[in-house]
Amino acid sequence: MSQLSINTFRFISVLFLFCLLLTAGTFAQNLEPAPKLPAGMKGSNVSDPRANLKPGLYDAGEAMLGMRHLTLLQKPEAFQLGSDDADNPRVQETLGQLGIGDTSKMPKPFQLVFAQLAFANSDLAFQGNHLFQGNFYGVNIYDISNPAKTKLVTSMLCPGGQGDVSVYKNLLFMSVEMPNGRLDCGQQGFPAATGQENAQGLPAAQKDRFRGVRIFDISNIENPKQVAAVQTCRGSHTHTLVTDPKDNKNVYIYVSGTSFVRQSEELAGCSDGMPAENPNTALFRIDVIKVPVAEPQKSQIVSSPRVFIDPRTGALNGLNNGGSHSNNGLSRPSDTDQCHDITVYSEIGLAAGACSGNGILLDIKDPANPKRVDAVNDPNYAYWHSASFSNDGKKVVFTDEWGGGMGARCRANDPNVWGANAVFNLTGNKLNFASYYKLPAAQGDSENCVAHNGSLIPVPGRDLKVQAWYQGGISVMDFTDASNPFEIAYFDRGPIDPKMLILGGDWSAYWYNGHIYGSEIARGLDIFELVPTNALSQNEIDAARSVKVSEFNVQNQERIVWGKNLVVAKAYVDQLERSQALTSSQIADIRKSIQNAENSKLKKDDRKKLKSFVSSLMKGSETAKNATDSQRLKGLAEIMENPVL
Amino acid sequence: MSDRNTPLSKFIYSDKFPFEVAFKFIISKGGFLSVCFFSILLTLPIYAQQSEKSPPPVIVQPGAPGQATKVLPPSTRATLPPIAPKDVEFMQGMIMHHAQAVEMTALIEARTENKNIRLLGARISQSQSDEMNFMKRWLGNRGQDVSMSKMPGMDMSGHHSSKHHSSGHQMMMPGMLTEEQMEALKNAKGAEFDKLFLKGMIQHHKGALVMVNDLFDTAGAGQDAELFNFATDVDSGQTAEIKIMQNMLGEKP
Repeated sequence: MSQLSINTFRFISVLFLFCLLLTAGTFAQNLEPAPKLPAGMKGSNVSDPRANLKPGLYDAGEAMLGMRHLTLLQKPEAFQLGSDDADNPRVQETLGQLGIGDTSKMPKPFQLVFAQLAFANSDLAFQGNHLFQGNFYGVNIYDISNPAKTKLVTSMLCPGGQGDVSVYKNLLFMSVEMPNGRLDCGQQGFPAATGQENAQGLPAAQKDRFRGVRIFDISNIENPKQVAAVQTCRGSHTHTLVTDPKDNKNVYIYVSGTSFVRQSEELAGCSDGMPAENPNTALFRIDVIKVPVAEPQKSQIVSSPRVFIDPRTGALNGLNNGGSHSNNGLSRPSDTDQCHDITVYSEIGLAAGACSGNGILLDIKDPANPKRVDAVNDPNYAYWHSASFSNDGKKVVFTDEWGGGMGARCRANDPNVWGANAVFNLTGNKLNFASYYKLPAAQGDSENCVAHNGSLIPVPGRDLKVQAWYQGGISVMDFTDASNPFEIAYFDRGPIDPKMLILGGDWSAYWYNGHIYGSEIARGLDIFELVPTNALSQNEIDAARSVKVSEFNVQNQERIVWGKNLVVAKAYVDQLERSQALTSSQIADIRKSIQNAENSKLKKDDRKKLKSFVSSLMKGSETAKNATDSQRLKGLAEIMENPVL
Repeated sequence: MSDRNTPLSKFIYSDKFPFEVAFKFIISKGGFLSVCFFSILLTLPIYAQQSEKSPPPVIVQPGAPGQATKVLPPSTRATLPPIAPKDVEFMQGMIMHHAQAVEMTALIEARTENKNIRLLGARISQSQSDEMNFMKRWLGNRGQDVSMSKMPGMDMSGHHSSKHHSSGHQMMMPGMLTEEQMEALKNAKGAEFDKLFLKGMIQHHKGALVMVNDLFDTAGAGQDAELFNFATDVDSGQTAEIKIMQNMLGEKP
């Protein structure tokens, strides 16, 4: 087809679709309204601008604060259903009546309704100018050298869900858990049983099935090559790249499996069951893969740590959720037999595991043999889902994926402490609960919404986390004060559909080298930038943008280090003005001196002037009214001592 | 557009096949056509943007470990993994299975004051009804009937009765209560009801686990992403509920 006829076809398709959409249908799925709020609990804010946005797939209403939406790249065509479903003779017939002979392309929104989870976008990883977007159907690799003009470089088809990705040097790692995963990345899955096999319920062992972690060589970004595929008993729901500060020849992959255990006929040594009956059960553990970087084909499982063990009795099922609201008030505890996600912070030798019924803390100084050092549970938590450390390693933010991400859990009547973040203080390897944070805006009955994946934003002097809430959109949380987290920026769209919950929204939202990238499950890839508000200044945004990393895997946390740039100093000054730690005349004096130094490109006299503030700032640091301002004053003093542009 | 949203549900769930409905609608209510055109004007920028894309991205399919990667043509479109007969049977069977759980919980109101049983019942009723909606939608989207047309090829727990069952069930899925068990439950009150209910629901939930195992043990089944996710949830959710009910009964798990 020529471009003109393609466009004509699209035009007609769209016309057709919208006519369909306006058709008065008789069906309305009864979405379950939220039950009444439990006594003493608070729901979400119904008067927030995000509470009643116009529905739509690509034309939904939007609300934003402190963020600018640069672009949405729709899912690549190779991840849209092909002509197979349009072969229905009734479709052909009807389209024919409308004068559309060629039905090789169905309207995309229509396809998406059927596709849903099979082509859901999942997690993100970054390296240089490349963004890797996982999908249940494979991975898409984008060139983000100019984020506003992001381009798709490679669509890699390799189904098996969830397709979580990590990247290290020339290696790309991908999680596979579903039974349609094949060693050869084929899209055909496995043939159905014949009637006879079916009747006898014969085992479905398949030597070509793959559930575990795939490893690709991405030296040629347009032609990734699979170099290893490490099979695990439960597959890999998520995984975590672990680097060892003492060893650059190997990396490790912590595998979190949440799915069923396959049979030993398919993978030797796999069996399930409770530890009392089966001490070798593949439940109640994580798997550790060791990857020799130069010879990734030799990657293998080197340990399967029993991280839920009771150290006194030796019972493998030593942890439970302590009873939870997911049991609707029935306070009977349920054993924890899986981690959903683990975030490692190798520099401090710790990992935070979000493990279904518990949040756990692991000592990972020996990365092949993580040891549990603390565990917490929480009556308001239904499913411990993910974790992130603050940059100083003194706080951990956990998330609760109440309802599994498929449900509407941010409705006006959903308690604001269920499906929320929980901020913990971390001192001496002990986690202590400080507060909850939930998306403040009420969302609709047809919007799947709950706390999900996010990353730190590298603003010096503050702890900021940008986070995806599925169809609740993206929210930026300030948790500098662990006891009083609050929102400073957001972006949200209306539901995909007002009557039916169609899986969508942001799976993850991460900051990478100056921009925020959102992996939209149904719609594609969103790219944002921060814009200044009263709660966040342009200098703070610029200071965050001054931090560049060459690789970013959010679950492998690396310490953010700021240069002694004047822009970082200006960010501190803005914060000290906001917190009133310095007088307005002090602020004005410092600002003017920094400005002069910038203008003169740090001439000697201006340097000297900056240095003159150091002693009073250091003194102020010692007497500051809180640790946060003390750190800011100290940070500012250190820059003034020896600044760079 | 503000009050004319884009309710995909309306055409997905209309009684007739949507294209036909739409076609008849278009020719019968020309007045709406202007609204259609208006909608199109709003969507044009999306397509204008798309036609600027260049050069086309590469589409590849890696081989097995160590094997070369294939380059696929730009026209490549996604395919869904095959739906196995077992998948459809699982969903149809589970709808029937869930329906009995809802029927059982409906008995609670008039038969016991036990607060924990009432809470448990409300939870089971709510989640199983939700899941039934999901399963019906899954089947409907794939052009499948929501009920079984033939005997399923899995273990039956027997006790088929020729006379009409009050629940309207003609088949039994694993773990489902027999007519006699249901009758006993209906006739029980108070503590006796609580005990029968818990025992019955444990039996019932264990049946669901059998069904999930059966699904994943069948070649070619469980490959659809939504079904996989659902079956995995059923497995973990009902396992947890069984544990709760065993605790309530004072049984060792």
